[in-house]
Amino acid sequence: MAIHQIDPGLVPFQILDPEGNLVGEMPALSPERLLYFYRMMRLARAFSDRIIAMQRQGRATTFGSLTGQEAATVGLAAPLQPQDWLATSYREIASLIVKGVPLSTLVYSFRGYTPPNWPAETRCLPYQIVIGTQIPHAVGLAMAAKIVGDPVVAVGVCGDGATSEGDFNEALNFAGVFRAPAVIIVQNNGWAISVPRHRQSAAPTLAARGIGFGVPAALVDGNDILAVYETVRQAVERARAGDGPTLIELLTYRLGSHTTADDASRYRDPVEVEAWRARDPIARLQKFLRRRDLLSEEQDEEIGAAVQAEIDAAVREAEAMPPMAPDSFFAYVSATLPPRLQEQRAELLRFVSPSPSQPQPGERR
Amino acid sequence: MALRSMTMIEALNDALALELERDERVVLLGQDIGLNGGVFRVTDQLQRRFGERRVFDTPLAESAIIGTSVGMAVYGLRPIAEIQFAGFLFLCMSQLVTQAARMRFRSGGAFSCPLVVRSPYGGGVRTPELHSDSLEGVFLQTPGLKVVIPSNPYDAKGLLAAAVADPDPVLFLENIKLYRSFRQETPEEYYTVPLGKAKTVQAGEDVSVFSYGAMVPVALEAAQQAQQELGISVEVIDLRTVWPLDEEAIVSSVEKTGRAVVVHEAPRAGGIGAEVTALINEHCLYSLLKPVARVTGYDTPYPVPGVEDYYLPTPAKVLAALRQVMEP
Repeated sequence: MAIHQIDPGLVPFQILDPEGNLVGEMPALSPERLLYFYRMMRLARAFSDRIIAMQRQGRATTFGSLTGQEAATVGLAAPLQPQDWLATSYREIASLIVKGVPLSTLVYSFRGYTPPNWPAETRCLPYQIVIGTQIPHAVGLAMAAKIVGDPVVAVGVCGDGATSEGDFNEALNFAGVFRAPAVIIVQNNGWAISVPRHRQSAAPTLAARGIGFGVPAALVDGNDILAVYETVRQAVERARAGDGPTLIELLTYRLGSHTTADDASRYRDPVEVEAWRARDPIARLQKFLRRRDLLSEEQDEEIGAAVQAEIDAAVREAEAMPPMAPDSFFAYVSATLPPRLQEQRAELLRFVSPSPSQPQPGERR
Repeated sequence: MALRSMTMIEALNDALALELERDERVVLLGQDIGLNGGVFRVTDQLQRRFGERRVFDTPLAESAIIGTSVGMAVYGLRPIAEIQFAGFLFLCMSQLVTQAARMRFRSGGAFSCPLVVRSPYGGGVRTPELHSDSLEGVFLQTPGLKVVIPSNPYDAKGLLAAAVADPDPVLFLENIKLYRSFRQETPEEYYTVPLGKAKTVQAGEDVSVFSYGAMVPVALEAAQQAQQELGISVEVIDLRTVWPLDEEAIVSSVEKTGRAVVVHEAPRAGGIGAEVTALINEHCLYSLLKPVARVTGYDTPYPVPGVEDYYLPTPAKVLAALRQVMEP
């Protein structure tokens, strides 16, 4: 059992060491499931690289790199069932993909538009931009499931920086008080833009926060997908069984800059980055699979080509989707548009020049 | 005075450096303002020059940044806090509105809170959600707090110095689009531009346009077009301090022209435009020849980057409003 009342001196839970050796008990996972994890991690990295390349070409807006955090983000979403909820930040795009959000929907959002078809049935909230605000939502979703009596778990994910926000701490307290079927996961990637983890909290671990709120916690090697998967699976089961919330700290590393608007070389020692590059989560699972003869070199190449093809198709689809209409931002302000806003919409449309390639909404005079 | 060509970023950096030099009580705090120099580089090199004791990064906690600044200000320091984007001011509303702004009031004058909160705001630069919002209207009902928004490097430097010298809390909003959009000859020495004073950037006879921040250049462009296309003379006034408003400047201009347009990118309802219009009604309604027009952001959330340009006031929108108020 990886979940404890955390001891500040606790060694992170690990199943695979950085060399891909099995150092813990192997979870019950089929070879197909292991290959699925590997494929999703490769997809996450390729997706991140693609959106960043598109941003540099002016085809996408600001994007936060996912690189280095694939074990954490794929591993945390993998144990969830379709009825479970997921509330994340912008750093957990891979978790959303695993939970079923289509790639093309995500690409469209990174073109700077609101996807017209956000898949509510995946039970993923739109990725959160404001730090830490999604954690109370996750706890509230879990409280609702408990009130209604549904066997549903809600997972909230944030970064190390978010643990300094009031919202995070208040939500953790609620989770404990109401014994909410929630799992609160901190992706500790070492950096909140330029502020290192040790400047974020004087606590020896972020998992140690659990003690103060009476919430059992786990400290996990976040670059070991088997450890991440197994810990989250246990926490989700605990929650579903009515045994209350769990706090999980995943130790990982943001190999890239904070976003395309940031330059991490201004504030980060390249030696540190290289040390973490040597602990690459994808390489770790790859070594393990190779050693067990579960992944041939040929298969590996096929996976690489397949994820590129999947991303190509998603980008094509998203770029073929029409841009949002000029007055689209009036559409979802409230269930019905008040007269004052109807007037403002008409006012705007008088300044929009009609373009033959883009039909204007019917209200245009 | 020695002049140097500066962007608004450089002028603000210069102003902060002068404050740190001239007053030991000044400290800077915020997220990523140290080694990184701020996400827009307004505090570039300041930690290196003045040390971590006086220029420091905080944990990611807006409420604590403002709350601890209140404590530091009461103690006698002169904190200058940065909130990384104005959209994140919502995370410290309690400390800013119910605490910083009310310290003098609730202590019966025993304590004051000489605090400056700097925050970038404004649209048109393709930022993610809540990185472009204009929140000045939200603070019109925050008695005790002044709100300052410069439109050019010279004013930015002088207004920031005046904000630091002010005995009460000042919210200093910096338009992201203006940060690097142009340079201006700016004095290297310390100087102040008084708070609460608007500035006539272009004198005119037929209509008054009240604006601030990034909408000043938009208003000026529209004024130029109106001059050419309609043959009218437009007075453009930069409010600079949006709360409290320079009532004298507003009233005397409208008494002269008899027509007024207010331009801001913040939403329309309950905003600066509404307050300027109410002031005109209260003080010089009978000078008005036409109803006051407002050209503003719409009463919707600030949109995603792909459609944000439709949200913002443009010279064409201002020109249409000028035509409207100039109708006989």
